[in-house]
Amino acid sequence: MERVPVLKIGDILLVSIQIDMEDQVALQLQEDLAERIVATGCHGVIIDISALDIVDSFVGRTLATIASVSRVLDAETVVVGMRPAVAITLVELGLSLPGIRTALNVELGIEMLARARQESNPDLDDDEDEADAAAVSTP
Amino acid sequence: MSGESQRLPVSTDQDVVRVRQLVRTLSVAVKLSLVDQTKLVTAASELARNTLVYGGGGEVVVARVQNERRAGIRIVFADQGPGIADLELALTDGYTTGGGLGLGLSGARRLVDEFEIDTEPGKGTTITVTKWCR
Ligand SMILES: Nc1ncnc2c1ncn2[C@@H]1O[C@H](COP(=O)(O)OP(=O)(O)O)[C@@H](O)[C@H]1O
Ligand SMILES: [Mg+2]
Repeated sequence: MERVPVLKIGDILLVSIQIDMEDQVALQLQEDLAERIVATGCHGVIIDISALDIVDSFVGRTLATIASVSRVLDAETVVVGMRPAVAITLVELGLSLPGIRTALNVELGIEMLARARQESNPDLDDDEDEADAAAVSTP
Repeated sequence: MSGESQRLPVSTDQDVVRVRQLVRTLSVAVKLSLVDQTKLVTAASELARNTLVYGGGGEVVVARVQNERRAGIRIVFADQGPGIADLELALTDGYTTGGGLGLGLSGARRLVDEFEIDTEPGKGTTITVTKWCR
């Protein structure tokens, strides 16, 4: 059985689905990602589906499950690169992918993850702000 | 109404992938629009998976069809499984007996131009869908 590779890039796990996945391959990806999130402590997952020419209800459900499982493991998931024809078809199929963040491409996905991380965890602001806070609290 | 047809068995996950690929190839050949290709391949994926998971396997026949005005693709999904006792219920969005999303049958029906089901409890299920070029 083929396997979809999971790459670690900084604090992000990047998955680029390049094959027409059998259902078992999609389920394996779901497991692999959960394990990699725990093993790496990454807080963001980007799933690039720009090579997929369809997303049916099985793959749609798998993406939704990956997003939910990631969230429980303190990681946000962004699905990027959905083709326009795929988006039109998904909506007509009746699948609006609730609970899934989407962005147009990997770059925007990375920005979205950075913003989400900032909002959910203002303490993790960059060094400058921490210095400011320290300065303020100094009598 | 004529044209070549191709038959594929559906007894593994991999066969479902092959069905998607064959439907894609023939959809391109009859020049369905990109969105219509995507809709038909997605519908085929849903129905072939049902043939495998609920029908216990079966076969799919994909054919080019032609009427006076247009070309199209017709796909028949056939199994000798348990059949569907309550068709109206099975065609309801969200109804599933297998822990799915319950969007395969109802969604596939929305994605094609013609959709016919012939099913009988204990005998099996045959679903025929057609998508026409616009
Ligand atoms: N070929 C089939 N043979 C028997 N039952 C079927 C078949 N296809 C669909 N069904 C029934 O219809 C229900 C709805 O199917 P579907 O809309 O594809 O949703 P899902 O696959 O998520 O369960 C299935 O859960 C099953 O009970
Ligand atoms: Mg189904």
